[in-house]
Amino acid sequence: MDVEIKGNILAVVTTDEKKIMCGGVPVFLAEDKEEQEKLSLKLSKITSGTIHDLENGCYIIVSH
Amino acid sequence: MDKYGYIIIPSILLGFLSRLSMLKVDYRQYPSYPQGVFSHVTLGLIAASLGAVAIPSLMEKEFSAVTFLSLAAQQFREVRNLERQSLEKIDETELVPRGTAYIEDISKAFEARNYMAMLTSLLVSIFITIGGRYFKTVYAMLIGIILGIIIIFLFNRTISRDTIEEIADVYPAKISFDGPLLIVNGVSIINIGYKPSRDIYLKKGIAVEIIPKDKNSMVTLSNLGQRKSIEHNVSVLLGVRKDVDQPDFSPLAARDPDTGKIVMAVVSMENDVNYLVRLVEKTIVLESAKKKPLDSYVGRKASD
Repeated sequence: MDVEIKGNILAVVTTDEKKIMCGGVPVFLAEDKEEQEKLSLKLSKITSGTIHDLENGCYIIVSH
Repeated sequence: MDKYGYIIIPSILLGFLSRLSMLKVDYRQYPSYPQGVFSHVTLGLIAASLGAVAIPSLMEKEFSAVTFLSLAAQQFREVRNLERQSLEKIDETELVPRGTAYIEDISKAFEARNYMAMLTSLLVSIFITIGGRYFKTVYAMLIGIILGIIIIFLFNRTISRDTIEEIADVYPAKISFDGPLLIVNGVSIINIGYKPSRDIYLKKGIAVEIIPKDKNSMVTLSNLGQRKSIEHNVSVLLGVRKDVDQPDFSPLAARDPDTGKIVMAVVSMENDVNYLVRLVEKTIVLESAKKKPLDSYVGRKASD
């Protein structure tokens, strides 16, 4: 039987390291907005997750 | 056989005709053509034969023959299980799944249609037997066939399902963004974080709003299975832009908690909003999603 985890945050991509605390989710620090978008897209392609914008400098990749 | 041929043969033919009249191969490609259709045609023939021989066996005082009908019912329930299982397996390979409610509806239909074939041939054989008491054999057969055709029409009318059009009004809607939030006519649907995806939504996206006509349809439309079936239909008929690693463009239907209306935005391969409206209108209302709170005292009073 395949076990699938849904509605789970797979990764956080941020430009502002002050917004992040340790929480068991991989965090990727980006230099600027452009790198953040590229990084998020790559991560979403790898994990088949969706990119959501928290509007505080953090993007999260979530599996739906 | 010679003795009862005039009862059995027309009954089988009409029962079979009844099954064929309910077997449509259309855009859904379910049952799949040719192999899926072939097995259902065969099952229909078996169902019709079982219905047709019941009365002649009773006339021969073979009362145990009736138990075969219950055996048949068992078989058709099995058909439903098989259909359900295979559809559930296929669903994993669909970009936009049908959802369990839709699958349940389809498998239920397959079971019911076999019963329809069986009942048609049973009724025709009863008509011919009774007719044979009063008229010549040829006239009795003719009466049976004519009544059988009427029954087929009646059955078809009874089991045909409502479409969304009958329970709700569908209008084109406008897509906008509030920051990353995808908004259709004031209802927020999902957070789209990736900017280029948002631009594609604004440039190519189409949207509809589905406004329920009364409280019954409001409850029906709130059902997740019903919404999934609409999403699936959109993906089949208009094509979707999404892929496994690009889930941003899944068609998503969200509900306005204030009014109960449903909004849906989609980026498809053919972005023509008029046809989106048409296809949503033509989507069937799932039997398992249909609720009628207005038929109850409490529901009626509460909605006053």
